[in-house]
Amino acid sequence: MTTFDVVLQQIVNGLVLGSFYALVALGYTMIFGVIKLLNFAHGDLYMVGGFVGFLALSAISSVVGAGWGGVAIAMFMSMIAVGCLGVVIERVAYHPMLRAPRLSILITALAVSLVLQNTVLALTHGQYTAFRSDFGFGGINLGNLFITYNQMILIGIAALLMIALELFVSRTQYGRAMRAVAIDKDMCQLMGINVSAVIAITFLIGSALAAAAGTMAGAYYGSVWYFMGFLIGLKAFTAAVIGGIGSIPGAMLGGLILGLLEAFGTQLPGVGSEWKDVFSFAILILVLVLKPTGLLGKSEQERM
Amino acid sequence: MPDAKPALPDHGLGPFLQDARVRWVACLIALAVLIAAPLIFGPYGIVILTNALLYVVLCLGLNIVVGYAGLLDLGYAAFFAVGAYTIGVLTVQFGFNFWVAFPFAILAAILAGVIIGGPTLRLRSDYLAIVTLGFGEIVRFSARNLEVTGRASGLSGIQDPWLFGWHINSSIDYYYVFVFLAALAVLASFRLANSRLGRAWLYVRHDEDAAEAMGINRVKVKLAAYVIGAIFGAIGGAFFATNLGAISPESFSFEQSVLVLMAVILGGMGKIPGVILGAFIIILGPELLRDLGEFRLLVFAVGLLLIMLFRPSGIWPARRA
Repeated sequence: MTTFDVVLQQIVNGLVLGSFYALVALGYTMIFGVIKLLNFAHGDLYMVGGFVGFLALSAISSVVGAGWGGVAIAMFMSMIAVGCLGVVIERVAYHPMLRAPRLSILITALAVSLVLQNTVLALTHGQYTAFRSDFGFGGINLGNLFITYNQMILIGIAALLMIALELFVSRTQYGRAMRAVAIDKDMCQLMGINVSAVIAITFLIGSALAAAAGTMAGAYYGSVWYFMGFLIGLKAFTAAVIGGIGSIPGAMLGGLILGLLEAFGTQLPGVGSEWKDVFSFAILILVLVLKPTGLLGKSEQERM
Repeated sequence: MPDAKPALPDHGLGPFLQDARVRWVACLIALAVLIAAPLIFGPYGIVILTNALLYVVLCLGLNIVVGYAGLLDLGYAAFFAVGAYTIGVLTVQFGFNFWVAFPFAILAAILAGVIIGGPTLRLRSDYLAIVTLGFGEIVRFSARNLEVTGRASGLSGIQDPWLFGWHINSSIDYYYVFVFLAALAVLASFRLANSRLGRAWLYVRHDEDAAEAMGINRVKVKLAAYVIGAIFGAIGGAFFATNLGAISPESFSFEQSVLVLMAVILGGMGKIPGVILGAFIIILGPELLRDLGEFRLLVFAVGLLLIMLFRPSGIWPARRA
């Protein structure tokens, strides 16, 4: 393989990784935009999404099989279930805290993350659960480059979901309300917008996107376990920050950039796969120190 | 924080505890109970108590950063790791004596405090939280991948220190070491809170710009908080390393940072008795729930959630002036 082939292959790997990051990052960004909360439990919703997707696939695979159709249906079921879970979490844990000190609600989010992780830990005894699907490893050759159908479909589904979200936010009334609430919650209340409903919808969509990513990741990597949300939660946050937290196009861009940087980072001399995570955190810190508002973020005056 | 709640009405014990003499007597009684504890609790209880006292040191250290200076730090375990690993690497790989290595652990902590504090001083609270989180993970991943820190398996065979002919090695010895360290941490925290620097932290926490306008050097004051917090953490880490005799990267995970932070906020940020209470709850809570097996941490987490919902400023919060 020539250097050029390696570069192409890493672009594909980076795009797959970046799609996962972007989908999870979207939830972070939307929730931060609307209620200014870093929802630390978001990565765990991705994990729960993986498990619900697995359960759904086990339930329906005898009828529709475990091919792409089955996984797509399982993914949809997982999105609905986890979306509702996200709304419940918001109502129970975050809603009463919206007027409390910032730190308290942040700790609440950490506690929710612990609750989700430990529930799944207690139910699965910390074992990896095999996520069996009949994808096979078929693919197409483009010169020396090999792309599996899985990779193409994953990138495709991620792109579709992101386009749908973009349309929702820019074209629908609820999307407009969401953007308005992100700018000034109190003013929206005065203008007759049901802020509470907008927050609920934001959690619904954000959690559903995380669940979609979780199910796809489970099918792609072939297993799910209770701790899989932690690192991706951090990476997705990094992606959201790179793009400019609060900005939806920023989250997509940040996810793809982080995915590509990581894929290429492992090829650099001295980085290697062991240092991959250090590499992405170093990027995060560099971005924050040099441009705290991210690539597409707006500058903010407000402080803690 | 501008969105702070108004002060709670003070009733019952409040004014009584304000009296300095009463406070001294309470401290002395607590110390006496701690010194007598090995007579009451079995060996297992002493190990748990030692752990709780280690947490008191760590939480009081983080309290300086978060509670006094208002800088949200999600990577506090990094400082703890710096102390433990400096001792571990210098004594195991280079054959240093513990007391020769100890000053290096402090120096490393100061350095780490400046490295983490330096570039992050301009950042807002949420971003600051994430940067510190990133630093914490970088420290842990580095420990896991470097040859000198023993990679994933960590370091073992860390020698116990000698102090004037006293070989500190049994669990009771370490218990008393941590009683001493915790008492020292309480004293230092108390003195710092009432010092010029402590008042500067309070001012910076409430209104950074006004503080700056009044001639407080914001950068110096914030760095001081990081560095002093780091020193507390590193001292805890140093004795943690010799107590266990072995350290591995997983002792310094994000979860560790979160637990310390939770203890601080749960108990009541900025309030010394609150922070101590929080440390004890975080360590003793899961122990008391041990019979629940795998559901133990789940019940504990739900409990935390309920406490935050009903007491968002912590169980024993600092009164706001």
